Amino acid sequence: MTDAAISEPGLLRLSLHDVSKTFTMHLRGGVVLPVVGDVSFDVHAGECVVLGGPSGAGKSSILKMAYGNYGADSGAIRFHRGGGDSIDLVTATPRETLELRRATVGYVSQFLRTVPRVSALDVVAEPLLAHGASRGEARTRAGMLLARLNLPERLWSLPPATFSGGEQQRVNIARGFITDHPVLLLDEPTASLDATNRKAVIAMVEEKKRAGIAMLGIFHDDDVRAQVADCIVDVTRFAARAA
Amino acid sequence: MSDEALLRVNGLGKSYGSRIGCTDVGFELWPGEVLAIVGESGSGKTTLLNCLSTALDPTRGRAEYRMRDGAFRNLYDLGEAERRFLMRTDWGFVHQNPADGLRMTVSAGANVGERLMAVGERHYGRIRATALDWLTRVEIATDRIDDQPRAFSGGMRQRLQIARNLVTNPRLVFMDEPTGGLDVSVQARLLDLLRGLVADLGLAVIIVTHDLAVARLLSHRMMVMKEGRVIEAGLTDRVLDDPREPYTQLLVSSILQV
Repeated sequence: MTDAAISEPGLLRLSLHDVSKTFTMHLRGGVVLPVVGDVSFDVHAGECVVLGGPSGAGKSSILKMAYGNYGADSGAIRFHRGGGDSIDLVTATPRETLELRRATVGYVSQFLRTVPRVSALDVVAEPLLAHGASRGEARTRAGMLLARLNLPERLWSLPPATFSGGEQQRVNIARGFITDHPVLLLDEPTASLDATNRKAVIAMVEEKKRAGIAMLGIFHDDDVRAQVADCIVDVTRFAARAA
Repeated sequence: MSDEALLRVNGLGKSYGSRIGCTDVGFELWPGEVLAIVGESGSGKTTLLNCLSTALDPTRGRAEYRMRDGAFRNLYDLGEAERRFLMRTDWGFVHQNPADGLRMTVSAGANVGERLMAVGERHYGRIRATALDWLTRVEIATDRIDDQPRAFSGGMRQRLQIARNLVTNPRLVFMDEPTGGLDVSVQARLLDLLRGLVADLGLAVIIVTHDLAVARLLSHRMMVMKEGRVIEAGLTDRVLDDPREPYTQLLVSSILQV
């Protein structure tokens, strides 16, 4: 759980330095698609940095690199874990990346990748179990979050595969917010939510800030973005030069 | 997370005369980690699995396993009796065809109990109680304990094979296409069951599959094989979301979307 050093506001939590990314499409004759280049910015404890720019500018790619499911070509993506300890995700081994995800960085993806037969409550509780919480404790917290996001209780015991987009997204948000990861990545968490639930998410982001969590996110809704962003990083300034 | 690997593989290769089965394979596996080996038929993934589980002797290379006493031993320096002991106690092997891993003409309870007896358990009541517990864990009705697996459906047989393998608390389990040949709904149930058991027991697993969706759901890390070589390896979601090698890109782009 978060210690004082982690939650102290203003501390550097995540820094990207000269990160670049291209895709080589071998099935298209090896054409190289530049995505972003020289991406550099910092995220501090207690702030929410929002990636801005039009579709296709590379916002999602930056977020995915910061979680490690896209590999960066060069540069450094450094997580600062307090006490002078830091790790660069660009050069981290798979095992180090898994440990980073377990303890340091959480992710709210746009779409839920459902596991057959696992209930919504257990999908949400899972990251907390991985943190060492008991099943009972994890389920209780999962229920609190789902209630907060107005997911009807009759759905909690069902697998989310058949849920609507908005319901799945709320399961996803609860799953991402349940732990006290010092860094949280948010990929359009409010995209398919109604006004009431958008408000609930904004309140949850505010709470994370007060708890000293560093957040990096993409929010397409102007209204939401204006409310949560402490700083907007314009991704178009990292437009990659064609290779 | 343990700080020491359970298995360290270096330069492993198997040739059949001049034909390469697999070559130059190296990786480390830690407790609690699920490693998927993917590739098409003939890519060498089954040869590699058989070398690792010592069913085949490799032509070259080493695989050092951390024994229960903490010492690393090269699997290929072990005597036949030591290997069999590992296979009976510390390891499990889930075959694609349950008939290869079960005894089809003895009861379900005996299939599970037999492995316990192999590790020295002699008390009939305890063996039966443990067998019942494991049948429940793999979702087989306990009133089927005296039935032979011949009378079971494919999905039930596969679940029974899993119970038989896990009852001795192995540290490393090999799986060869464990969901192959099952109906999709049966597959989903089995995957979910495996996922839960692997996480609860903290097992290390090496799973061979040609099904990338299975690999995505179960594994932490992945090795992609082609023509006997590991051509790409890494975190499972990195390999699937951002494949680098032409062949991996082809595999990933060939997944049917539903």
